[in-house]
Amino acid sequence: MLRVQTQGTDQAAANPRSAIRDPRSRGLLRSLALLAAVLVVVTFVALRVGFAPIDFGALWDDESARTLFFRLRLPRVVLAGAVGASLAAVGAALQALFRNPLAEPLTLGVSGGGALGASLAIALGAGARVGGVPVVFVAAFAGAGAAVLVVYRLARTGAVVMPGALLLAGVVLNFIAASFVVLVQYFSDYSRALQILRWTIGSLDVVGFDLLWRMALFLIPGWLVLALSARDLHLLSIDEETAASLGVNVRRSERLVYVAASLIVGVTVAVGGTIGFVGLIVPHAVRLLFGEDVRVVLPCSFLLGASFLMLADAVARTALGTGEIPVGAITALAGGPVFLWLLRRQQRLATM
Amino acid sequence: MSPDAGKGETLIEARDVSFHYGAGLPEVVRGASLALQRGTLAALIGANGSGKSSLVRLLCGLREPTSGEVLFGGERLSAIEPRARARRIAYVPQTTSTVFPLTALEVVLTGRSPYTTRFRFESARDVEVARAALESVDAAHLAFRSVTELSGGERQLVSLARAVAQEPEFLLLDEPSSALDLKHRAALVRHLRRLREERDLTALVVTHDLQLIDPAFDFVFAMRGGTVAASGTPAEVLRDEVLAEVYSDSHVRARRAFGRTFVWTE
Repeated sequence: MLRVQTQGTDQAAANPRSAIRDPRSRGLLRSLALLAAVLVVVTFVALRVGFAPIDFGALWDDESARTLFFRLRLPRVVLAGAVGASLAAVGAALQALFRNPLAEPLTLGVSGGGALGASLAIALGAGARVGGVPVVFVAAFAGAGAAVLVVYRLARTGAVVMPGALLLAGVVLNFIAASFVVLVQYFSDYSRALQILRWTIGSLDVVGFDLLWRMALFLIPGWLVLALSARDLHLLSIDEETAASLGVNVRRSERLVYVAASLIVGVTVAVGGTIGFVGLIVPHAVRLLFGEDVRVVLPCSFLLGASFLMLADAVARTALGTGEIPVGAITALAGGPVFLWLLRRQQRLATM
Repeated sequence: MSPDAGKGETLIEARDVSFHYGAGLPEVVRGASLALQRGTLAALIGANGSGKSSLVRLLCGLREPTSGEVLFGGERLSAIEPRARARRIAYVPQTTSTVFPLTALEVVLTGRSPYTTRFRFESARDVEVARAALESVDAAHLAFRSVTELSGGERQLVSLARAVAQEPEFLLLDEPSSALDLKHRAALVRHLRRLREERDLTALVVTHDLQLIDPAFDFVFAMRGGTVAASGTPAEVLRDEVLAEVYSDSHVRARRAFGRTFVWTE
């Protein structure tokens, strides 16, 4: 018996995942530095490739290359980065909050709700702005927020969130929202229906920085709230009651994360359509690379998410030569199988 | 029998507390009162559904009573800021729902979070405290194992180590021994007594394991139908007629032998 115990200790000493022996903050800084370097490289590649490859040297003296670069290419790459970072961070936060590695904006129906809100706004006269903010943003935010509330109410019975019910509710909610989008499209006039159709396909096509500034009004507060919630989310990812006993105000953290997630997802959906699975693959890759501490997973997902969507968008722009594939199709092709694999693994764990 | 345990300063006191989990739901705690002196090890017993776990949640501030009040160190518990409370009261739930493969040491380190600021990671000293806590519950060998791979009993040990790392004055354990083997049950009790000697720890332990109580615990509270129906020293509570009433079963027997009390049903 004693021998069994010492064997266990030897195993522990040999375990390479003992990042804890270092001060953890240094581990985080190292991970962030690595991912920032990746982001810089990816940014250069994404800026370079496209229908018209850009020669960085020509930017100084070629007026049309400069216009192409600053009006089209740069805004698009920045948009891809912002959307990718946002979706990945929201995914990491929702997974921790619901203690479910399969949670992300798409699987929880948050994207669907946002899409419904946005399409309603387009059908009812999209262009309108209130105080510089497009109505579509606000409508998508409201739709995403409503979806979060519904999913949460359905899945939460008494004191616990049931993981299976959560995902089922999300899937059904997506169905309902998608049906409504079709209905809205059906009852809209021709040009608006076309507008909705183009938008549901989803694209990161953007001209100039105007839209990006307006998105920032929603995204930056959302990002800040997530950053502020990182510690509480780390504790919540372990166990809700334990987190509460450690001084986390569970209700308040939940509400903050819901509002932040709805803000972020609403705006990204309103701009780029539903881009799925970024919030699933990226946090998962981060966990495999850097461990399970949410205070590490959240900021690392943010950086890796930016790289991931920039790269996916670069593929979308270049894969066909001319024209482009919707970027959502590429993330779904990459993320769907990962989702299925995670689901299988989780079920295996559950039966063990 | 007075509901007061031991002597000296009262650390925690519930005054006529009632609680239900929502409007329309039945009251699970009905006018329960108890008081615990600092440095006492107390057991909380009672039939299934008698309100033990709910009372424990009220005593550690996870829930607020719908009527009555809980006082901790003379202050209203609900008035204490949650993180300040977490530095003084630790709680080990019956089960934890961890699905992410964190290492045991990472989980134990969360016990230090009430001591760190929002944007700080745990210090080297925190890591030391966490390791010592794991060692003290005889689970040092689990430090780098992923908690999702651990057995129920091992998880309970990790949870307990997390609570110990919180360095609390008052420790609430909800059925800690339910998944522990014989050796670790005894170790748990030894450990609680040692913490009491070293740090003047006060603990309240929910348990169905009546053999564990005498002589390990100083005091016993017995719940029935949401109230504290009996309380006193183990010798006072672990008697046929008291247990018969607490468990609504006239076949319960308690006998003292070999310096401890044995309990069984006929």
